[in-house]
Amino acid sequence: MTDGSLITDELRKLIGVTLDTIVFKVEEGAIQRYAQAIGDPNPLFNDPDYASKTRYGRLLAPPGFTGWPTRAGRPTEKLFAFLVKGGAPPKILDGGIEFEFIEPVGAGDILTGTTKIAKVTERETKLGKTMFTTAEVTYVNQKGKVALKSWATIIQF
Amino acid sequence: MAKQICYEDVEVGTEVTALPKVATTRMLVQWAGASGDFNPLHYDEDFAKAMGVGAPIVHGALKRAWLGQLMTDWIGEDGKLKKLSCQYRGMDYPRKMKTMEEPRDGETWWCKGKVTRKYEEGGEHLVECEIWVENGKGEKTTPGSALAALPARKKK
Repeated sequence: MTDGSLITDELRKLIGVTLDTIVFKVEEGAIQRYAQAIGDPNPLFNDPDYASKTRYGRLLAPPGFTGWPTRAGRPTEKLFAFLVKGGAPPKILDGGIEFEFIEPVGAGDILTGTTKIAKVTERETKLGKTMFTTAEVTYVNQKGKVALKSWATIIQF
Repeated sequence: MAKQICYEDVEVGTEVTALPKVATTRMLVQWAGASGDFNPLHYDEDFAKAMGVGAPIVHGALKRAWLGQLMTDWIGEDGKLKKLSCQYRGMDYPRKMKTMEEPRDGETWWCKGKVTRKYEEGGEHLVECEIWVENGKGEKTTPGSALAALPARKKK
């Protein structure tokens, strides 16, 4: 640990480590409630009868929805606890998110999400000394295909 | 449903059809339930103050979801969203409620975007867009980018 660095040796050891794997069921009602919360009336995300007649064959999830509670776009408490235990500062903000969508996600899908810490950096910001962690999540569907990947930035200060 | 947009319809600089949104305290509660994000930063005044953001703020992931809608509305059912990213750079504060359904007067947020590149690759017709959410003052609080494949018009 260099003088004054937020990135402790414990945190450095976490880079590249697979933290946890969670299985999500993508449920029709959960998709509808998510679309309603966005205020998105798209029938692909709201109307199962309509959606079943499209090439998707089932209610489609809005981009980034992976089953409730959704983790895409939101780092988990478990991950926070991991980082704080490793010596990271306790105040946390979401920095942003990047998604790559590969296969459609829809009602009835089962996704297995695996999280790993891809990167940890730090710099001085208006919040003071600030740490940025990139958590990479890979979601594999029930057919064994990668459906999507996300990279969330966690800001700690 | 709006007419399907095709690759030939867009050029660099073409604007993505803007989408207005009004964030309210009620909407934040609905989002918390639907997403499963129960961080008190988004509903507890004292907690939000202690965290240094002044008051409860709009979930970054909700603004990201708005940007998702911006793109899926624009590319239509035959378009395919391939990438979406955004940064939660500025805080946004929801309007409070006047009645159970109706928000108090206040700002309206706009999701906007424009095409920055179009190209063909691997048999797909791709468009890259700069996208963002701007607040009532016109400040981009949530800048990002998107990549989508659009259908090409069949040659007759």
